[in-house]
Parts: sequence; structure tokens; C-alpha cells
Amino acid sequence: MERIVLPEIPNLNQIDVYLQNGGFEAAKKAFSQSPDDIIDQVKKSGLRGRGGAAFSTGLKWSFMPKTTDMPKYLCINGDESEPGSFKDRQIFEYNPFQLIEGVIIACYAIGANTAYLYIRGEYHKWIKLMQQAIDTAYEKGYLGEKMKNTFGVDFYCDLYIHKGAGAYICGEESSLMNSIEGKRGYPRVKPPFPAQKGLWGCPTTINNVETITNVPPIISKGWEWFSKIGAPKHPGTLLFGISGHVNKPGVYELPTGILLTELIYDVAGGVPGNKKIKCVIPGGSSMPPLRGDRLEGVRMDAESLKEAGSAIGTGGVIVMDEDTNLLKVLLRITHFYHHESCGQCTPCREGTGWMEKILKRIDQGNGTSKDLDLLVSVAQNIEGNTICALGDAAAWPVKFMIQRFRDEFEKYVKPQVVIPV
Amino acid sequence: MSFKFTEENLKRIEEERKKYPESLAAVMPAIYIAQEQNGYITNEVMAEIADVLGIDKVDVLGVVTFYTMFHTKPVGKYHIQVCTNVSCMLRGGYEIWEQVKNKLGVDNMGVTPDGKFSIEEVECMGACGYAPMIAVNEDYYENLTKEKVEEILNSLK
Ligand SMILES: NC(=O)C1=CN([C@@H]2O[C@H](COP(=O)(O)OP(=O)(O)OC[C@H]3O[C@@H](n4cnc5c(N)ncnc54)[C@H](O)[C@@H]3O)[C@@H](O)[C@H]2O)C=CC1
Ligand SMILES: Cc1cc2nc3c(=O)[nH]c(=O)nc-3n(C[C@H](O)[C@H](O)[C@H](O)COP(=O)(O)O)c2cc1C
Ligand code: SF4
Ligand code: FES
Repeated sequence: MERIVLPEIPNLNQIDVYLQNGGFEAAKKAFSQSPDDIIDQVKKSGLRGRGGAAFSTGLKWSFMPKTTDMPKYLCINGDESEPGSFKDRQIFEYNPFQLIEGVIIACYAIGANTAYLYIRGEYHKWIKLMQQAIDTAYEKGYLGEKMKNTFGVDFYCDLYIHKGAGAYICGEESSLMNSIEGKRGYPRVKPPFPAQKGLWGCPTTINNVETITNVPPIISKGWEWFSKIGAPKHPGTLLFGISGHVNKPGVYELPTGILLTELIYDVAGGVPGNKKIKCVIPGGSSMPPLRGDRLEGVRMDAESLKEAGSAIGTGGVIVMDEDTNLLKVLLRITHFYHHESCGQCTPCREGTGWMEKILKRIDQGNGTSKDLDLLVSVAQNIEGNTICALGDAAAWPVKFMIQRFRDEFEKYVKPQVVIPV
Repeated sequence: MSFKFTEENLKRIEEERKKYPESLAAVMPAIYIAQEQNGYITNEVMAEIADVLGIDKVDVLGVVTFYTMFHTKPVGKYHIQVCTNVSCMLRGGYEIWEQVKNKLGVDNMGVTPDGKFSIEEVECMGACGYAPMIAVNEDYYENLTKEKVEEILNSLK
């Protein structure tokens, strides 16, 4: 089974090993072609964003204006703060040069001379590792002005790390841009999209770390090769993170489209104590939870998960066994979104607060069945009415947990006494 | 108590500033450097950052208050961060949080009287598959048990 972003080569994070294994050959090949050619290949490969929304990468790159007086920027999103996600740190640690190679190819394709790699502040160790790799790349002429010599091309780009400081919202791409600009990390209203008006008003593309790391193999092995791996409408591999009640939690790179049950039982060693599964969140806490008795046949790719009533998100699978108190889990998730809401939109700011308050009340033993309906109603009023997707991310767990596990949640609330008239 | 950056830190801030087309963008790196030098961010620290970068002090304040990793009050020599978000909660994260609170005798964002420890209940730290976890200052400690947590805390001098 081919591993694309985390090849099984020891010490790939050392430059000589990376070079021995074809390092920067893809970049050489890319620089012998036109930027539009590169965009075309990435489009045809079918690569879709690995940051959670699975938007076509080639299509997004094609939105960048070809002729403009303004500088163009690439942002690489390494904020990785979605509960259940711990995949991008693997790339920083084990394959930093492939990420750098992806960055220079992407910059060339979209005409950007400056790239900012936004890494969440808590990742101190991985920031140091990436900075070392970047310094080495500059030294060896794979970044910066020396690129012109190395690749014999009239193009070069700079790559800088921008360190986050503990705000989940800064992973949202427009908030990320405000954060880089030195402002408070408030999301922007879209449209305009970043390719029209991004960093400092200039055309900008934002891509997730894993997305960019897929680019060099697509160029060197060909878009056709990539398009045939995994699920046809969502090709390639994914760095699946699996956590919670499994015997072998961790990150596993596997082709898209594998069965969720295969991931849980074959790859992650099943559930401790052979307990039954009560609930699975398949793509990070922002994605709708699935009932444990409805996992048969569910495949891990964008289209299949949508059909199953959830979404691929970051591929962060969280497994909850039969003894899990779902109320406490939902309360914790809701607290998270209330805590991380930036406060700009009333539905999100107030709504997450209400949902948390009601869930707390239920947790203290003072909830009623009507509260469950109220929670779903509040969630539905947040959905779609906000500037950024955090609103939806907060609403979906509440709505779907209660709708899909109504029987369980009824046990947490006091029965309504109906007095016959 | 006025605050001035050291010569070396002024140089570091200048290096950071060069990475952006506008000075304002260097505010986050500058705040980090200030926090390294001073331990935490005070009014005087913010005034110095504003002065060095040529920006408004109110803009510095806006950024300092937005992020959880910028501290406006002192933290302990060892700042213990315990994750209680879903994947950690499913594997004993709350038990670890109770253990840490009880052992050190402080609550969230509290500092021990000798200034040695402070604790914080944090959101997902990107270590879900290695849960439960804590961080001590910049270092992650993963795949924990109650015994390992006890060991780690006891080892911090
Ligand atoms: N990796 C992580 O730690 C986290 C990931 N997420 C993920 O974030 C996702 C939501 O992200 P959003 O950026 O709000 O999704 P989105 O669907 O609004 O946008 C996705 C990407 O496509 C681009 N795009 C979408 N429509 C476009 C258009 N009409 N024209 C030009 N460009 C367009 C956007 O600029 C963006 O880069 C969720 O799926 C969730 O999984 C959420 C939290 C944390
Ligand atoms: C609240 C919120 C947080 C997000 N956090 C991240 C993140 O940490 N990393 C990431 O790559 N995308 C994150 N996203 C998605 C980005 O907005 C954006 O879609 C993504 O970075 C685009 O890259 P891609 O197309 O390569 O996936 C977040 C979205 C929202 C609404
Ligand atoms: S939806 Fe929430 S997090 Fe997003 S902009 Fe509105 S208030 Fe901020
Ligand atoms: S839930 Fe604790 S590190 Fe992710």
C-alpha cells in the first residue's frame, strides 16, 4: 500500500536521506513546466483539501489572478486544533522537506513569492523542527534567492513560520490571515474569498499542511497515478487519526474509501475489553456523530460520509464505547465551542452559551424532555446564520447527538409528568 | 516599573519584522519575546512593544487579550497544562486534572504560593491518539497514567 505523505523511509527528515530518495526532483520537474500546467495537473489529480472542507485544490489555485500588481501569498494552515486531529504534526516531525517542496511548487503555480506556515503555538517542539528544516532548505538553496541557481529558473520564494498563540478560531482561513496581519483573529465575511482579497488585501491561497505535502508526488508520479488511488471522487490517501476507545490509537495513512469498521477493528485493534461501540465521530469534533450500530458499510471518504449523514472533516475518528456517558461528551464538546467562539455573531456567541447552560442543567439533574427539543432548536437557529463555520461546528454535535441518540438522552432528563385534564 | 527590551531581543524583533510587509504583523512574535524576557505581559511591556514597532498600544492590548498563550499575570516556574477535551476525557483526562489540582492545591490558572507551579485546564493539544496528556511549559508528556503524572510532578525541581 503506497504511502504518499508519510513514506516508510527512516530519517526522511534528514536532508541527505530526503535527497537520496528523490527529494526536490518534483520541484525540478515543476519548474520546467508552466505554472498553469502545474495547476492543471493538480486539478486533474482530484486532490481535495485536507484541512476539513475537501475543496478541490487545483480549482482553488486557479482562482488566483494571473495578472496583478499586488504581491501574492500562500498560507499553509498548521493550526491543527480540531479535537481528534493530530495528523499535521506527523508531517512536521517525519517529512518536513516534502512539505517544503510542496510549498515551493505551490508558490510557483500560483505566483506567490512569500509563504507563511501558520503553526499552532502549543506545537513548540514541531515549530523548532520545521524551523530547522526551513533553515537547512535555505542553506542548500531550496528556498530563497538561491533557488534561481538551484533550479535554473527566474523564480524564488520565501517561507516563514508564523506561530499561533492558542486560539482554535485562528485555524479558520480568514481568521488565520487576520492573525498573521497582527490583528485579533476574527473571521472575515466571505465573499470576497482570499484569492480576491487575502493577506493585506492581496491575492492569497490557504491550504492545509497535508494538502500541500501531497503536491510533490502528484507532480513526479503524475496526476493519473494519484487519481486512481482510493475513492474516485476523493482520491489519494488520508492521514486518519483514531483516538478514544481503541486498542491502537494513532495516525494511519490509508487510501480514502476504506471501511470505517476496518479502520477501527483491523487497523486500530478494536475496542478495549471487546466492548460494543456506542458512538463514533468520524472527522473531528465538528462533524456529525454516528450511531455505533450504524457503522456497517460506511466508507471513509467525502462522498460516502456525506451519504452516511456525516462528513470526512480532518479524518479524526473518535470512538466511544457502550459505557460512555454521551451527555458528558456533548457537554464537553459544547463547552469547547462556547469557549472558542470569537463572539462576532450573535447566534454563535449567544447560542453556544445557551446550549452549554442547558446541557449543564441537564447534567445536574434538572433537565426535561423539552430541554432536548430546545437544544435542537437552538442548534438549528445557529446553523447557516454565522460568518464562519464554527457556528455549524457547534450546532451539529448538539443537533445530531440528540436526534440520533434520543433514547439515551431521555434517560438523562426527568420524565415529564403529564397531568390528565 | 518600566520595561525595555534587551539589545539582543531588539535584534530578534527586527529579524521577525523583516518577514512581513507591515510592522503590525510582528506584534505576535514581539509579544512572545517580551513574555520570555519578562515572564508575563504588563502595561509597561505593551507600551514598549508599541513603541518598538511603531503601532498603537491599544492594538497590542487587543492581541494580548485574544490569545490564551499570552499571560497578563505571572505563571509558575512550571506551567502544567492538562487536556480534558473529548479524546483525553475518554481516556482519563479529567482524573488527571483532579489529580493535578489535588496534588498542587490550586485550581485553574492558580499559582502555588512558592511560585513553582501553575495549572491550566486546556483544550485539545493535538495529542489525541496519545491520550491522556499534559504539557509542562513547552514539553508534551503523553500516554500518561496516574503513576506517570505523579512521577513527572515529583521530578520538577
Ligand atoms: N484541521 C483542523 O484542525 C480543523 C478543521 N476544520 C474544518 O474546517 C472545515 C470548514 O472550513 P471552511 O474554510 O469554513 O470551509 P469552506 O467550505 O468555506 O471553504 C473551504 C475552502 O474552499 C475555499 N472556497 C470555498 N468556496 C469557495 C468559492 N466559492 N470560491 C473560492 N474559494 C472557495 C475556501 O476559501 C477554503 O479555502 C470543516 O470541514 C472542518 O472539518 C475545522 C476546525 C479545525
Ligand atoms: C473554526 C475553524 C477552524 C479551522 N481550523 C483549521 C485548521 O486548524 N487547519 C486547517 O487546515 N484548516 C482549518 N479550517 C479550515 C480552513 O478554514 C480552510 O478551509 C483550510 O485551511 C483550507 O485548506 P485546504 O483546502 O487545503 O483544506 C478551519 C475552519 C474553521 C471554520
Ligand atoms: S460563527 Fe462564531 S466563531 Fe465564527 S465568526 Fe461567528 S462568532 Fe466568530
Ligand atoms: S483531546 Fe486531548 S489532545 Fe486532543
